[in-house]
Amino acid sequence: MTDSPFQILNNKTMDRRDAMTTLGGMLAAGLGVLQTSCSPLASAAEKEKAQLDWQAYFQQNFQLMTDTEKDATVRRLERSYELNTGNRIDVSAQGPRKDVLYGYAFNVSKCRGYMDCVKACIEENNQDRASGMAYIRIHENKKGSMDFEEANDDFFHQVPAAGHFYMGTQCFHCQNPPCVDVCPVKATWMEPDGIVVVDYNWCIGCRYCMAACPYDARRFNWADPVVPIEEVNPNQHYLGNRLRKKGVVEKCTFCIQRSRDGKNPACVEACPTGARVFGNLLDPNSEIRWILANKKVFRLKEDLGTEPKFWYYMD
Amino acid sequence: MRTLRAFFNDALREATQGSTAYHAWMGVLTFLMCCGAWAYSVQLREGLIVTGLHDHVSWGFYISNFTFLVGVAAAAVILVMPTYVLKDHDFHSAVLIGEAMAVAALIMAISFVVVDVGGPARLWHLLPVVGRINFPRSLLAWDILVLNGYLALNVGVPFYLLYSHWQGREADKRYYVPVVLLSIAWAVSLHLVTAFLYAGLPARPFWNSSLLGPRFLATAFTAGPALMILVLTLIRRFGGYPVAHETIQKLSVVVTVAAQICVVMTISELFVEFYRNTHHGQSARYLFFGIGEKRALVPWIWSSIALIATATGLLTLHHLRAKKAVLYSACVMLFVGILIEKGIGTIIPGFIPEPWGKIHEYSPTWVELTVALGIWALGAFVFTVLAKVAIPIEMGLLREANSALHSTVSPTPQPAANPAAPTPE
Repeated sequence: MTDSPFQILNNKTMDRRDAMTTLGGMLAAGLGVLQTSCSPLASAAEKEKAQLDWQAYFQQNFQLMTDTEKDATVRRLERSYELNTGNRIDVSAQGPRKDVLYGYAFNVSKCRGYMDCVKACIEENNQDRASGMAYIRIHENKKGSMDFEEANDDFFHQVPAAGHFYMGTQCFHCQNPPCVDVCPVKATWMEPDGIVVVDYNWCIGCRYCMAACPYDARRFNWADPVVPIEEVNPNQHYLGNRLRKKGVVEKCTFCIQRSRDGKNPACVEACPTGARVFGNLLDPNSEIRWILANKKVFRLKEDLGTEPKFWYYMD
Repeated sequence: MRTLRAFFNDALREATQGSTAYHAWMGVLTFLMCCGAWAYSVQLREGLIVTGLHDHVSWGFYISNFTFLVGVAAAAVILVMPTYVLKDHDFHSAVLIGEAMAVAALIMAISFVVVDVGGPARLWHLLPVVGRINFPRSLLAWDILVLNGYLALNVGVPFYLLYSHWQGREADKRYYVPVVLLSIAWAVSLHLVTAFLYAGLPARPFWNSSLLGPRFLATAFTAGPALMILVLTLIRRFGGYPVAHETIQKLSVVVTVAAQICVVMTISELFVEFYRNTHHGQSARYLFFGIGEKRALVPWIWSSIALIATATGLLTLHHLRAKKAVLYSACVMLFVGILIEKGIGTIIPGFIPEPWGKIHEYSPTWVELTVALGIWALGAFVFTVLAKVAIPIEMGLLREANSALHSTVSPTPQPAANPAAPTPE
C-alpha cells in the first residue's frame, strides 16, 4: 500500500466505508501492537493473540466482507484457536451453492422420541455443555391432541411411551423471518440458500430476535460456553458451528458446515427411524420435493405468515 | 467561547456547592452508583448468567425499567405543551424542571438498554458509517434514533433558555419555539415507537395488541406528571423555588384524567383476554391468576391494580383531590402502581408462556436489582445537578454579571478557587 493512512479517505476508487474499515484495521493493529509492546513480559505468542483479538474486535459485518476479507477472517479464527489451545481447526467461509434452497420435512409417524438428533446436534454444533443448550426440542404429545401446551418436552423415561407421539421443533428457517427484521445491526440474515444465520462477531446481544421468534429457535450464551477440548468439532463454518463467546445469540443453521458440503445435517444423519428429511427445494427430483408433492404436509403457526421451510407429514 | 466556558464554570460551581444535606444526598447517590457499577462489573465478567434471565424469559427487569422510564421522559411534554403552545404561564416555572426530569429519565432508559445487551463493547455496530444499523426495518433502530433525538432536544432547549437567562437576556422565541413544537410531536412518537417495539411481535400475543401503544401513553401521562407533582412539591419546600399552586392543581387534573383513561383501557384489555378462554389469553391468565403452581406475578399485579384503582378513585372526587395529603399519597400510589404494572406486569408476562406453551418463571437477582438501583441513583444525580443549576438561574440569582466580575478578579480561573470541596461537618 503506497497511500498514507489518511489519503485513503480521499481515494476515489475506494468507497468511504472501505476506507473507514481500512483505517479501523490499521488503528486496531496499531493499538494491539501498542498494548502488547508496552508489556515487556508478553511473549511473541501473546502479542500475536492480542493483535488477533483487536482485529476481530474491529472486523466488518461478514455480509459486507469481500472474499479476501472473509478468508482472512477465518484464517484469523484458526490461528487464534491454535494459539489458545495448540489444536488445529478448519474454519470455512464457503458461500451458498447455486440454485439451492434448503427445506426440511419431519415425519410425525416415524419419530419415536429417541433424541439421537438432539445429541448429534449438540456435538456437531459445539453447543454449550454447561447450560445444556439444545437447538432441537422433542415434544411428547398425548394421542388425540396436538396442543403443545399439553405436550411434555422434558421427558425422561422409556420411549416411545404408550399413547403418545413425538414432534421435533427447531429453527424453521422461515422465508419471511421476523428475527431478521428486528435485528438492530443486521447481525442475522437469510442466506441465498435459505439458511438463516448469525454473525457471532457482529451480534450485540440485545436478544430482540429471541423475543420475535414464534418458534423458540434462538439461544443465547448467558455465560462463556463450555465445550471440552476433546469434544470440539474441528470442522467448522464461520456462520455455523464455530466456537461462540458469551453474550451472543446462536441457532440451528441446518448444519451449514455440512449442508454446503453436500451432506445432510447431523440430526438427519443421526435419526434412527428416518423421520427427518432434508434437501433442495429447487431440485424437482429431491426427496423433499417428492414428500411435498405426495404427502399431506402442514406447518406450525402458519397464520403468522413467517413461511417456514420446515414441514410435517404423516405416513 | 469564553462566555460559554464561564457559563459552565458557573454551573459547575453551583452544582458542587451546597448545604450539608445537599452533599449528604449526593454522597448517598454516589455510593449507590458505585454499588451499581460494582454489580455491573460482576455481570460483565460472568455474563448475563448472573441475572435471573434465561432463554425463555430473555428480557426482564432491565428492559421493564427502560420501558417505564421512556414513559416518564415522554411525559415532560405535559408541561412543555401548555407553556409554549397554549401560552399558559402557570406551567412556566415548572417547565425546566420537567425537561430536567426528561433528561434524567432518558439517561436512565439508555443505561438500562446498555446494561441489558450481551456485548456492550460492540455497540459501535449501531453507529452510522462504521456500523450497520437496520433502519427502517428494526423498531429497535427507530427507538435508538428517537431516544437520542429526544435527549438532544431536551438538552438543547433548556440549555439555550438557561444560557440566555444567565446572560440576563430573554431567549429568542424564533429560535426555540419551533424546536419545542418538534419535541412535543417527538415525545408522543417516542413512547409510541417503544410500544411498537413490542406490539410488532406476533410471536408474543400478550403484546401484539393495538391497545399497547395508547396504553403506554396513558400510563406515561399518569406516572410522569404524578412524579412531577411530587418533585415540584419537594423542590418548592427544599429548593426554595416558587412553584405556583395553580401548576400543581392543573397537573393534578392531568394525572386524574390520564389515570381514568388507564383504568378504562385496562378493563377493555381484561375483557378481551378473559371473555373467551383462548391461547392468546394465557399470558394474562398467568399474570392475574397464575397457571397451576406458577404464580410469581400474581401478588404484584393485584397490588398494582389496587394502587391504581384506589388512587384514581380518590383523585376523581374533587374535594378529595384538593386536599394536599390525599393528592400526594395518590401520586405516590399511581407512580408505584404504574412502575409495577410496566416493570413486572407488561414485559415479563409477554414471555410466559414461551412460544410452545411452557411456563418458565423469572425473578430478578441481586445483580439486576443492584444495577437498577445504581441507574436510578444516576438518574436522581443527573436530575439534582440540572435542577440545582437551573433554579438559581431562573430565580435571577446566578447571572453572567456576577461571574464576569469573579473571573476578572482572578485572571486564571482555577478550579481550586471555588470552595466546593464537600466538607460536611
